[in-house]
Amino acid sequence: MKRDISAPDWCALAVAAGALVLALLSLLPADGALHVPAFAVGLAGKYLAYALLALSVNLVWGFAGILTLGHAAFFALGGYTMGMYLMREIGSRGVYANPDLPDFMVFLSWDHLPWYWYGFAHLPFALLMALLVPAALAGAFGWLAFRSRVSGVYLSIITQALTYALMLAFFRNDMGFGGNNGLTDFKDVAGFDLHQPSTRAGLLMLTALVLAGCLVLSRMILDSRLGQLLVAVRDAESRTRFIGYRPEHVKLVIWVFSALVAGLGGALYVTQVGIINPGEFAPGNSIEAVIWVAVGGRGTLWGPVLGALLVNLGKTLFTGLLPELWLYALGALFILTTLFLPRGLAGLRRPPALVAEITPVDSEAPP
Amino acid sequence: MKKRSKKLLGVAAATLLTISSARADDTALTQLKSESYENIASGVTSLAARGDPRAPAIIAALQNDALYASEDGTALYIESTDGFTDAATGKPVPNVDADSLRQIHENNRVRVAVAAALALLGLSAPDAHARAAAAQAMIDHPLGALLPALDRALAHETDPAARHAMTVARAAAALSPGAPIEGERDQLAAVAALRGEGGAQARAILLVIPSPSPAVRDAAAAAVKSIDFTLQLWSFAQGLFYGISLGSVLLIAALGLAITFGVMGVINMAHGELMMIGAYVTYIVQNAVTSVFPGDAGAGLALAVPAAFLLCGALGVAIERGLIRFLYGRPLETLLATWGLSLVLQQVIRSLFGPTNVAVITPAFMSGAVRLGGIEITLNRLVIIVFAALVMFGLNLVLRMTPLGLQMRAVTQNRRMAALMGIRTSWVDALTFGLGSGVAGLAGVAISQIDNVSPNLGQSYIIDSFMVVVFGGVGNLWGTLAGAMSLGAANKILEPVAGAVLAKIFVLVLIILFIQRRPRGLFPLRGRAVES
Repeated sequence: MKRDISAPDWCALAVAAGALVLALLSLLPADGALHVPAFAVGLAGKYLAYALLALSVNLVWGFAGILTLGHAAFFALGGYTMGMYLMREIGSRGVYANPDLPDFMVFLSWDHLPWYWYGFAHLPFALLMALLVPAALAGAFGWLAFRSRVSGVYLSIITQALTYALMLAFFRNDMGFGGNNGLTDFKDVAGFDLHQPSTRAGLLMLTALVLAGCLVLSRMILDSRLGQLLVAVRDAESRTRFIGYRPEHVKLVIWVFSALVAGLGGALYVTQVGIINPGEFAPGNSIEAVIWVAVGGRGTLWGPVLGALLVNLGKTLFTGLLPELWLYALGALFILTTLFLPRGLAGLRRPPALVAEITPVDSEAPP
Repeated sequence: MKKRSKKLLGVAAATLLTISSARADDTALTQLKSESYENIASGVTSLAARGDPRAPAIIAALQNDALYASEDGTALYIESTDGFTDAATGKPVPNVDADSLRQIHENNRVRVAVAAALALLGLSAPDAHARAAAAQAMIDHPLGALLPALDRALAHETDPAARHAMTVARAAAALSPGAPIEGERDQLAAVAALRGEGGAQARAILLVIPSPSPAVRDAAAAAVKSIDFTLQLWSFAQGLFYGISLGSVLLIAALGLAITFGVMGVINMAHGELMMIGAYVTYIVQNAVTSVFPGDAGAGLALAVPAAFLLCGALGVAIERGLIRFLYGRPLETLLATWGLSLVLQQVIRSLFGPTNVAVITPAFMSGAVRLGGIEITLNRLVIIVFAALVMFGLNLVLRMTPLGLQMRAVTQNRRMAALMGIRTSWVDALTFGLGSGVAGLAGVAISQIDNVSPNLGQSYIIDSFMVVVFGGVGNLWGTLAGAMSLGAANKILEPVAGAVLAKIFVLVLIILFIQRRPRGLFPLRGRAVES
């Protein structure tokens, strides 16, 4: 089917345009009627980073049928690599004014930098690692899991175990990632002061561009032969295998790509939020990311982006106004979405006849 | 302090019985009258070591600053509320000029001797615990001079704990510097005795033997090795107990899940919250019972068991009817919906009871510990092991012996065929889910006894429970048992080596790797139904 410009591209355009407007408005004089306060720019940047996570969850869940309950692990790993760079960038401006060691290492009376911190003083290296580390973990995990045909609920549960194990590990002070407190107190990135409105506006623009780029890239992947194979694997894995394809390879490719996107999201998240700690690995976070996708509508590229923005906006409003009610609202969102909106908000846009085509052929449990 | 006074009382009673046999060997008394602390100390020791019946009174007086020597140094008086008594004869002495008396003081050396002497006197206390405690004190301060008294006490000691302590104390005294026996043979015998008794204390004594003889040193080294081996065996047994204990907690937490996930294929992420509600039911029932019958925590706990089962069971049926039945055939959506439910349940409990821990009382019969050989068994853990075994047994009974169990298995194996045979499959589903949820409630009662009861209780168990079920193999209670026990044991075996957190991480990684080899767990169900 030939389309002039597809929905994901519109979405990418909208995201970029929206972020540009927001960024420009935030640079207006503070007393102007249209001025956007700095915290709103920070929030928008955070939401867009979450949208990247939603996009990455959607790539595997919506298009390959792998329900991941551990994607926040890749997001947090990307965040930690960026956090390590930002820590090194503090240099001697820390509380202990040690030019080489981050504050928490001085506090633990370490006398030298652990080897895995080498190189993180350089932004390009850190960015490379923000991609490589999640991708390497995803590659190893996916290669093992898909090769032995772990699927469905079992895969979901072991992804959860993965992120849980990582959370426990990062809580340990001995790991050298700041333990319970994580990495924080960042000063600047690539020479730009993180507290300047202009830096924040720039970061928001950058996040929007990355998100737009990932959306377009994902759309291109999905339009390719690989994308068709993905949907085939999602809807009828056994049949695809019998035809002669290797579903495990297809899954592995999209799994690793999705981890890359999540890692990028994490790196951008940390830069704008200013802290990363082991709580980001909590299994609940991964499941929350899944609900963004479910609300927005899995299986469409733009739905989850919308879902992530809306749910997080709702979260900010709720936790500000009625903090006790937020968990009720989130819980109800999970329940109502699964019961009444199985295709998410994106499903509302489609005629009902098309909905049926997504129902998997290899059903997992008796009706 | 209390212990010591008790001991003294016992000693005093024993003294009264034997007072008539007082003999007049008064070298020790003469030493006590001396002005040198050295002499006083050795007087105290020899008085006690001889088993002199007057010793308790004299030593107690010395300790209480109530022992006086007459001016001419011939007599020793004990001051009491109604005048002075002669220490040598025990008879009251009237008309003593208190101003002419010289008080006998203690210094540290004398105090050590007094403590040792009191311990020595404690060896003949009528209470076996007091005798063991006395021997324990002598292990801590071994003195060669105490050997004869220990021999005498050992000759007619029958209590095993006291005997053990005395044997160790005797060997420690025999090996202490300045012991009267110098012969290699005696020392070797002492080493052999320590080796025979075993334990960390015997090991500590053996490590510091000041003997010049190489044979004794070799024997001691060999004995340390042998004791180490035994201690290792015991510590392994202790680890095994901890492992079984953790395993039984995991088992009881996972059993409900084994029903809902294993038998029905429903992923119930709210399972942990059902456990949490079970724990809160325990809290409520206990409070209700203690407000009617104060002080009876045990009855409240016993009543909480059926209450938690029924309440969580009813809640489970409601969840199945109201939510899960719309999602059959979509396991991943069930997972999300029940996760949402778990958030709501958490928040409900938080709104009702506050976000902090509530205090669940541990009844008297569940607190404390018993020693079994070299391992310590905490009673609440033991009760939970038994409880988990009972729940496991009961569930097996329900699944195998009741009509409901039969119908449940029929629906699991072939739903349409079961429906054609007249089974109301939707009701069986509801009851099965109710059963699993009720068992979660039971788990909550058990966990309330060992863990903090807070709205977050469920979250800390849900992942572990899923690991157990997945590891053990879905749809198989025995698999769940094997899974729970092996995960519990693996955790506790790794813990001393790697620390608690690393052990847990290792176990998680092991499970992830294990699932790659056996995607359907330890004991997979075989047959057509599974392949779908």
